[in-house]
Formats: sequence, C-alpha cells, structure tokens
Amino acid sequence: MVYYYRCYNVIDNNRGTYVKKINYKHLKRSLWAYHMNTGSCNACDIEILATLMPRYDAERFGIKLVGSPRHADVLLVTGTVTEKIKDKILQVYQQVPKPKLVMIIGSCGATKGVFHESYAMAGPLDTLLPVDVYVPGCPPRPEAIIYGVAKAWEKLEEL
Amino acid sequence: MKSDIVYPLNIGPVHPAFKEPIKFTFRIEGEQVAGVDIDFGYTHRGIEKIALERNYIQIIYLLERVCGICSFSHPLAYCLAIEDVAEIQVPDRARYIRTIIGELERLHSHLLWTGIAAHEIGFDTLFMYTWNIREKVLDCLEEFTGNRINYGMLTIGGVRRDITPENSETITRMLEYYMELYDRASEILLDDLTLRARTEGIGILSREQAEMFCAVGPTARGSGLLKDVRIDYPVNAYYDIPWLNPISPRDIGKEPIGDVYDRMAVRVLEIKQSLNVIQFCMENLPEGDINSGEGAVKIINKLKKLEGEGIGRYEAPRGEVCHYVILDNQEHPIQLKVKAPTYSNGFTWIPMLTNIEIADIPIVIASIDPCVACADRMTFIRKDGAKERYSWDYLHQKSIQKYKRSANQ
Ligand code: SF4
Repeated sequence: MVYYYRCYNVIDNNRGTYVKKINYKHLKRSLWAYHMNTGSCNACDIEILATLMPRYDAERFGIKLVGSPRHADVLLVTGTVTEKIKDKILQVYQQVPKPKLVMIIGSCGATKGVFHESYAMAGPLDTLLPVDVYVPGCPPRPEAIIYGVAKAWEKLEEL
Repeated sequence: MKSDIVYPLNIGPVHPAFKEPIKFTFRIEGEQVAGVDIDFGYTHRGIEKIALERNYIQIIYLLERVCGICSFSHPLAYCLAIEDVAEIQVPDRARYIRTIIGELERLHSHLLWTGIAAHEIGFDTLFMYTWNIREKVLDCLEEFTGNRINYGMLTIGGVRRDITPENSETITRMLEYYMELYDRASEILLDDLTLRARTEGIGILSREQAEMFCAVGPTARGSGLLKDVRIDYPVNAYYDIPWLNPISPRDIGKEPIGDVYDRMAVRVLEIKQSLNVIQFCMENLPEGDINSGEGAVKIINKLKKLEGEGIGRYEAPRGEVCHYVILDNQEHPIQLKVKAPTYSNGFTWIPMLTNIEIADIPIVIASIDPCVACADRMTFIRKDGAKERYSWDYLHQKSIQKYKRSANQ
C-alpha cells in the first residue's frame, strides 16, 4: 500500500519553482481527459474521438472525455495556438485541478507544423504551458494516441 | 415559453457542445432564443497568406490542412483552379480515381456527421454505432492512399497513386458491407421515434431564406433547393454519370420544409448516392495513366511561366468549395482565395436559431455540419483591438480604386 501514499516534490517547469507534495495516487487509474481545440484542422480532433469509439475503445482503460476542465486530469490539446485563442487556453489550463498533465496531439501543436510561418500564431504550446507528452503525426493514428496516454502513465509512475 | 425578461447567454468559444472554437451570444426571452450573434476567427491560421510563400506543389499539402474532414475537397478545388489556368488535361483514369476518393470522403464525412448529430441529442448509442461503421471506409482509404485522414493523393494534373487490383477488391468488399448495412442504418436514422421527435419541425430554414443566404450543400438541398455543383458544373467523372441528381427530401416522399430532419434525410440519402457513384466508377474505371508523368520540379517550372487566373469548384460534403488563384510568372501564386461552404451556411444559423428553445441549440447548430476551421479565413486585426465595420460604400470605393490603379499601370 506504500505505493498509494507516495508523495513527491516536483518542479513545475513553467515557473521553475517547487510545488510541494503533489499526490499522484489519484491519477494511477482512470485518466479523465478534457479536449481543447486551439485552432486545429479537425483531423486530430476526429482521431481523438475515433480513439474512444468501439474499434479502439480507449474507454476500457478508463480514459474518458469530460465536458468541463474542472473534472479533468489530462488536458488534450490539438492544434497550433492561434492569437485569438491564447487567453482561453491559459484560462482552461488554470481551471484544471492539480495534479494535471498536458498532452499535445498532433505536430502542429508541438512545432507549429505545416503552419510554421503564419502570422496568426501564439504557439507552439510548450512556450506557454508545461507540456508532458507529445504525440507527433499529422494527424497521429489512434494507436499513437493510445501509446501517448500509456507514456503519460509511465511518466506518472516515475514521478 | 416567452417572458418579459431578456438576458444574454454566452456559449463558447470553448464549450463541450462544439468540437471547434466558436462563440455564440444568444438573446434569450424566457426559454426562447430571440436573437443570435456569432463570433468567428478562433481558428484563423492565415493559410491564404502562408500559401503565397510556398510553391505550387507544397500548397496542395497545406490546403489539405484547411480542414481535416474535407481534406480532399480543398486541394482538389485548388488543383482544378491551377489546371484551369494552365489548361492541363487530366487523364481519364485520374478523373475516375479522384471521383472515387471524393465520394469515399463524402461517405466518411456524412457518417461522422450522423454520429455527431446523434451525440448532440444525447443518443450516444447511435453515435458509437455510426462511428464504428465509419472505420470501414477509413480502412479502405488507408489501404489505398496510405493515410486515414490527410490522404496526400492529389497532384497537379492527376493523382499520385493508382488503384491496384487488391485495392479494388477492398473497395468492392466495403461497398458490399455498406449496402448490407444501409437499410438498417437508414431505418434507425429516418424512422426512429426519438430522433424524429428531436429533429422534426425545429431549426426551419425556408426555401426563400436558403436562397437569400446563399446556402449550399445539404443545407440548401434540405430546404428544397436543387443545387449541387457535381451536377451543375460537373468535374471529374461526374460528366459520365447520367443518373446523378441533386438529392432532396422528396426522394423519401416528404415535402421539404427545411428542418433538421430534412437535412438529415438528405445526408442519409447521399450516403446511398455516394455508394452508387463509387460502384459506377469501379465498374467503368478506364485504363491509362494516372498523371502527366512529370515530376514536381517540371510542373513548377511550367507554372512559373504562366499568367492568369483560375477558378476551381467542387462539391465538398458540406457544400460548394471554391478556390481562386492568380498566377503571375512566379514560383508561387500571387493570390489564393478559399471559399468554404461554412462561409455561406454560417449565416443560415440566424433564421434557424431564432425562436427555438434553448435545449435545441446544439442540434440546430450541428445541423448545417459546420466546419469552423474551413470558415476562418480572413480577419482584420488592429493593434488597439477596436472593432471596425466596413460599409458597402467603403468597399465599393476601395475596389474602384484598386482597379484604377491596376489599369493605370
Ligand atoms: S497536426 Fe496536422 S492534422 Fe493535426 S490539427 Fe495540426 S495540421 Fe491538422
């Protein structure tokens, strides 16, 4: 049972300060995800939904999309961050209760991808928020998204 | 119920009812919507500007990312526009392959929409069901284009990959699978009491309003307007299909009134139509080349020496997409304009949403199959953030000035 009561100090790499005693035990099982579109082309969004559908059925691992950031453990972000949505993603990030993880689905959130020389970009996302898992691909396959979630679990085990 | 108290209701830009960021501000009287204001622009990525810095071949892959669902229609319209300027003849086999992929895309898009619509009215079983059967067409697309969503199949003057005999077997099997399922699925979608109760008589867009707001695609056809770019301005293999007609709810014996049910019926019938078109193309697939055989460099070199403007029109799953390019002896176009179907259909929200109940808002919004990523093309941003409205006279004067300038040069 020690496993369930481990507490750690981790560095919040956004502010570079210590955040004390975040208890990750609640995250060990079902990850509830909130999906946010920050200017994607929809392809990544429909792949996330396809991941949850009967073919791939990520819900059997307890992964579930929730309707409010306040219920979520993981923030799934798709798309490049456009200028107009920048404030909104920061607000949503604030609303997710701690401990939280951020996952980027798709190349354009991670590196701006195909839109790299655009004038309307505030991203990539990791300049604004601490990001834990990147799932590259344009769009990534559902298998890749499931693999990304598994990586997030692994990361939590290490913490 | 109407009441004297009027209050605003803000939905969006980030809201679980929409998969994409868009903001609606409703004016609510009691339980009823009295007015609506729409704010676009959250997914504006400046694609038209980026395109001016890329060469003609790179633009194809950029335009696939305008919208992940219509990721064949946008580059196709662009290729048609370029082929229009350069007067390139597309080989017959390529025309048929383009048609097949276009129809496969329509199939997957309509199945996707049906699922989303079912989700919006809380019928999640149907959502799972349609998304499950949709995997079949994605498998088929993957086998023959190499990707599930952004196919990368097009090139100027043809397509990049051929249909091999194994592929045609897969397509035949897929057609059999859907033909078998279609009756059952259409029964669920069109006769189910729950669905009918939630969709009939709400979100009405009359024929006159559809004409006035220039509705396109299934939204227009649901209101009884018989317009379909595949038939009115045929491209690809649509010339050769004599029985192709615009779908209307009359095909199931219902007089169109333009409610959500009619739009759904049009989409369900179009699934059948797409299956028939694919079957026709597979049976009549001509032999021959699939493109001009020239490499990308050669194509770019050829286009570099051209001047002129071209238009490409194609019926995407959501309606007409239209691309306009201007070439001017350069390695990239000097102007590219994308007109997506949600541009036109977005305005039909206003009559649809007025005088409905709050609970019906999500399904009415979803009923035009909005694609915000397509529609967010151009915005004016001023540093001080002031809103500015351009009047008709101002725009008229601007255009006169522009033409005077170019005439003087
Ligand atoms: S990564 Fe590619 S597919 Fe995904 S949202 Fe960005 S452009 Fe679209």
